[in-house]
Amino acid sequence: MDLLSGELEVEKHVQYILSLEEKKDSLESVAMDYLRMNGAYWGLTTLDLLGKLGTVDRDEVISWVMQCHHESGGFAGNVGHDPHILYTLSAVQVLALFDKLDVLDIDKLSDYISGLQNEDGSFSGDIWGEVDTRFSYIAICCLSLLHQLDKINTEKAVEYIVSCQNLDGGFGCTPGGESHAGQIFCCVGALAITGCLHHINKDLLGWWLCERQVKDGGLNGRPEKLPDVCYSWWVLSSLIMIDRVHWIDKEKLAGFILDCQDKENGGISDRPNDAVDVYHTYFGVAGLSHLEYPGLKAIDPAYALPVDVINKIFFGRK
Amino acid sequence: MHGQPRKPLKPEDDAASIAKAAKLRNLQSQLLHNHHNKIYTKEALEISSKLLELNPEIYTGWNYRKLAVEHNLQVETDPKSIKSIVDEELRLVEIALSRNFKSYGAWHHRKWILSKGFSSFDHEFLLLNKFQKADSRNFHAWNYRRFVAAMKNIPEEEELQYTTDMINNNFSNYSAWHNRSVILSNLLKRKAEGFTSKENVLAEEYDLVHQAVFVDPDDQSGWFYHLWLLEQTVTPDAPMLVSSWPIHDSDMIVSVKSNLDDTLLPTSTRYHSESGTFPLILYFNQPVEGVSSSNVTVDFMFCKEDLLWRPLSTTNSKKSHAWVTYLKFPDKEDNSSKVYPVEVRLGHSHGIVSSSGSDYNFPSRFAFTVSLQCVELETAEGVSGTKMLDWGDDSFQICEALPLDLSPILSLDQLRISKNHEPTALQWLIETMTPEIALFRELLLEIKGCKIGKLTLARLLIAYDAIMTYNIPVEYKKVNTEEVLELFTDLMKLDPTHSSYYKDEHSLVLMEKLISNRKSMSKHCFFYGESSSSNLCNSVCLRLNKLSLSKIGSFEHLLWVEMLDLSHNKLHSIEGLEAMQLLSSLNLGYNRFSSFTALEPLRLLQKLKVLDISYNEIGVHSIDTTRYLCSSPLSHTVEDDSNFNEYARDDMKVADTWEAVMFFRGLQLRQLNMAGNAISDDNFRVLLVKLLPKLKWLDGKAVH
Repeated sequence: MDLLSGELEVEKHVQYILSLEEKKDSLESVAMDYLRMNGAYWGLTTLDLLGKLGTVDRDEVISWVMQCHHESGGFAGNVGHDPHILYTLSAVQVLALFDKLDVLDIDKLSDYISGLQNEDGSFSGDIWGEVDTRFSYIAICCLSLLHQLDKINTEKAVEYIVSCQNLDGGFGCTPGGESHAGQIFCCVGALAITGCLHHINKDLLGWWLCERQVKDGGLNGRPEKLPDVCYSWWVLSSLIMIDRVHWIDKEKLAGFILDCQDKENGGISDRPNDAVDVYHTYFGVAGLSHLEYPGLKAIDPAYALPVDVINKIFFGRK
Repeated sequence: MHGQPRKPLKPEDDAASIAKAAKLRNLQSQLLHNHHNKIYTKEALEISSKLLELNPEIYTGWNYRKLAVEHNLQVETDPKSIKSIVDEELRLVEIALSRNFKSYGAWHHRKWILSKGFSSFDHEFLLLNKFQKADSRNFHAWNYRRFVAAMKNIPEEEELQYTTDMINNNFSNYSAWHNRSVILSNLLKRKAEGFTSKENVLAEEYDLVHQAVFVDPDDQSGWFYHLWLLEQTVTPDAPMLVSSWPIHDSDMIVSVKSNLDDTLLPTSTRYHSESGTFPLILYFNQPVEGVSSSNVTVDFMFCKEDLLWRPLSTTNSKKSHAWVTYLKFPDKEDNSSKVYPVEVRLGHSHGIVSSSGSDYNFPSRFAFTVSLQCVELETAEGVSGTKMLDWGDDSFQICEALPLDLSPILSLDQLRISKNHEPTALQWLIETMTPEIALFRELLLEIKGCKIGKLTLARLLIAYDAIMTYNIPVEYKKVNTEEVLELFTDLMKLDPTHSSYYKDEHSLVLMEKLISNRKSMSKHCFFYGESSSSNLCNSVCLRLNKLSLSKIGSFEHLLWVEMLDLSHNKLHSIEGLEAMQLLSSLNLGYNRFSSFTALEPLRLLQKLKVLDISYNEIGVHSIDTTRYLCSSPLSHTVEDDSNFNEYARDDMKVADTWEAVMFFRGLQLRQLNMAGNAISDDNFRVLLVKLLPKLKWLDGKAVH
């Protein structure tokens, strides 16, 4: 692809992410305080993809992550909050970025996750029993990163995910739930990690996914919705995993993402000229990485971590 | 921030937001304090309400309230007080949802509190109607609606009517169409009253979706529903056998090495096997599971034990279009004059099942003969023997007359003992499809550049041709191919964003056109070797090179092919090629393959000896689109990765070589060309020689 290197404001985005730490008292920061663990994952992964992870104090981050560790084995979104599977994956991913998975009590953590599997194979997000295929993905991804997938009944987990498959080829939160690109990513990712993509009708799902690309090049998450940079990740990753990513116009999508940058202050927004945030900054940069934008590290479409991090976990140091 | 405009804050906004942030922070720290100290007083609960009203996303707040409810209900016996506790939670959720309709935590809290059983669900539909009016696409609300409908035991017919109302109100409501497809398929599956006739139901649904598609063809809401209806109409529930190898009525000669010289009948199928084994392949119209000796009977005098059937699949799926088993002559059998009959029967007992759970139920049989022939080693090994295979045009001579038994074309219908479809079913199909095709032609007359119109018409025409070919294969000639190709060509120009999608579809139709009948296929069949020679070395090569194909298919027609040239196309995938079990020489040079994982189907081809993958893009790209479609440690489809280390060196990390190791170590290649790929350097060639001990020629040079 002929993408001009340099159009991505690498330095500004790095500064934007680093500045988030200093703006802790802003309304946005306070309102998002409860999911700071997700924020850490988004911000730090972006820095790594940009080749700038070295600019943060790794020990400080790790010590904060471990303060969010709960006696049950799971992680909270921030210090003092309750543990939840959503933040547990982010914590594991952050530790993986720093090659520090060895600080974890892996048995305890994997017991926490396997304890959330229900009879029908589905997963609850925490002790309060909300069920969602997002949690199936998280459980499977997390345990796979820790080489502990045998702690759960993967066959039933897969069976449940397949029961959430719709007639348009996509997946919903629970059986009967409408297809949504974010949910599709979770289900495709979970099936990819468990080697079960044969349950997917790749042509049917691929057509639905490629039709998420709208005229201006951006991707939406469901039919007749507005495009949003975050779907660059959800849709692109899913299309890559099922080998149908060539069905969209990659250059147009890259153009859309680059148009969503705040070229003055850094950061990427959902649509051009909207307010930026770390979530869209991550999905924008990760999307560009999937589009082979020059200078960015490659990211794995299923584990949502840089490929070199994944290689280290699965193939060791050799 | 979703949908928030990017603008610098004015000073007064700034002050307001600082105050708001301080308030939020204060409430949150009080909440966490109460939570950690298990304080569930009225005042404490008040604080959590205020916080959740401001920010319903703070999940710990909802958790705290659940603990408080459980704590307070424990000591409460008065029904009135219980009701007021529950009502307070429902009230809070309602406020929170008015603030953020998409709050997972708030929706779940409502489910949780109602599931306690202290309150009725009567109010819920009223609440939902209010919310669904405000945002008819909110998937939380639709999910909640299904939950409430199930709790209240609402008949599915009523909920179907609700989707009709929503659609009639505004057809641009994908959520309503989706819910309709869920409910309708349930009703059809359990043959509910009024839904016993699939034909009638589908007819009504076509009428409904036409409104959506025709009022605004650019609105996607009805597209996927229409495609689903089409699938429901044309896909037969029960799987069918569409081809086999060897084919019905053929005479096959299995050649084993010896010093005897012999002649072969030109019309026979020859199969070389050093051990006297030969494959038996069944190809179905859809992936099936459960093929076994209990539902496929093979009568062959040397076959005494139960045969082991294997699905041909690159994943650990138990389903496949193609299944294979191996038949074997006994070691001492060398009576070359004797011809043995083989008969294969299936469909007489259950067990072969499609993805939708339908049984194979068309009793079928086919029969062929097989004899054993001993030929000289060199001859038997044919083209992959002592000389290097040359893919150049000069090596090939056009086949004047295609050997009769090469392709299974025209023999498919002979397999069946009884006709698959009852005439009425076929009649209904034709009666449904014909007006549908006419309707879309009409739409295109009105709106010339209508994308969905063209795409749907192409799909209808393909489906129509396919139905007719299945049902009356001998009489029916595909009439729509040229029109379909033209439609896809138009679409590539009309909708360039998705041109690769149309290109792939175009390639599949083109490929089928080229090989699905004897006449056109013979134009692509060439003899390899010297023209004058009546030498048995002559092998038929199917050459589908330089056709600009981006995708391949129609494998049911190709089971017989031993030599295939697909070079100079635009292929990046060979999904499905694993069915071609006889393939021994394959040219994929000058295509767009970007990784070894994309070549995974070749790992299932035991006979493959010659492979050309030169001038592709292996090693160029940082993304790998087949990484999760192959066996790998990342997808837990390889037991142990310790073997990878054996090939690692200081300058070649496992992470960089495992794909090549996985791919090549199972192959028995004698000739490999992979020049012109980014990955191919001296180090890599050393690795290849180590991985392929039988390799004689690499990149056009002899291996020493």
